[in-house]
Amino acid sequence: MTLHLKFDFNAICKKVLNDKLNEHQIKHKIIGFGEVEILEKLSDEKLKNFSEDLKEYHIDIVENQKSILIQKIKDAIIDMVFNEDTTTNLKASAYLSDKLGHSYGYLSNLFSEVTYTSIENFIILQKIEYTKQLIINENLSLTEIAFKLNYSSVAHLSTQFKNTTGITPSAFQRIITKRRELKQ
Amino acid sequence: MKEDYIKIILADDDEDDRLFFTDAFDELKINTRVQTFKDGIYLMNYLNEDNVVLPNVLFLDLNMPRKSGLECLKEIKKDPKFIDIAIAIYSTSASEEDIEKTFVMGANIYIKKPSDFKTLKKVLSEVVTINWQYHTNGLNKENFLLRL
Repeated sequence: MTLHLKFDFNAICKKVLNDKLNEHQIKHKIIGFGEVEILEKLSDEKLKNFSEDLKEYHIDIVENQKSILIQKIKDAIIDMVFNEDTTTNLKASAYLSDKLGHSYGYLSNLFSEVTYTSIENFIILQKIEYTKQLIINENLSLTEIAFKLNYSSVAHLSTQFKNTTGITPSAFQRIITKRRELKQ
Repeated sequence: MKEDYIKIILADDDEDDRLFFTDAFDELKINTRVQTFKDGIYLMNYLNEDNVVLPNVLFLDLNMPRKSGLECLKEIKKDPKFIDIAIAIYSTSASEEDIEKTFVMGANIYIKKPSDFKTLKKVLSEVVTINWQYHTNGLNKENFLLRL
């Protein structure tokens, strides 16, 4: 028997963090996705042990300012793509510079320098990944997905999917379904 | 970022193809370490050594003597220790049906070997960049399918 599961990554991460922080008896407040305020003075030793412990979950404490900003850009994009409440009519560039308080030129250069990709490509990648999830797990039609992700048309989404992955959405669905049948 | 380089392996019996492949990576900006093997037996022996550093991306030629790319793919997919390796099929040509079959068998990427060096560089750079995105952003590898 195979069970197909659906995850809320955000909730899982929060739960793990909360449990671990309590385990280490660190007074804290979880502010948002990927941000925790520490409400006490933390010794280097304690911080080190905590950070070691998180490695098991592949959670890294981001250290320098540049990486923090990159992470904030990524979080803002993921929030924009995955969270319907944050869907805005603003262009991504305006949304990001507004939210992060830097010019888009600055954010965009920094992002390309560190991540080997551009903000534009990262947004497309996230949208296509979300599309894959919706096809596989929620069984939504491409029309429904295009509407949900604010694409101007199904054709646009379909073309972007093919350009990004090299295969069509229906071939993708066929392959994943066959893979699952093979495993059973 | 914890690792500062990407480990790449290619198994291909054609010496020229192996050479072009390593040359292409040498010219890319991305920091990679490339290792090549001339058939599936050498490759699998290496991967099964103790304490080996497994590659981030493994490129498999389909037609190799002794052990083919498909046989390697089957063995790799059966063994949970290889779960994090992204598998790229690197082949001269194949029918649509064959391509889909390799995806169903668990390949993540299918690349038709480019005929010129410039395209090869572009294609390899694209593979490594997208794989890097999956790696650093915790994306679901099961949904990682790419055809170039």
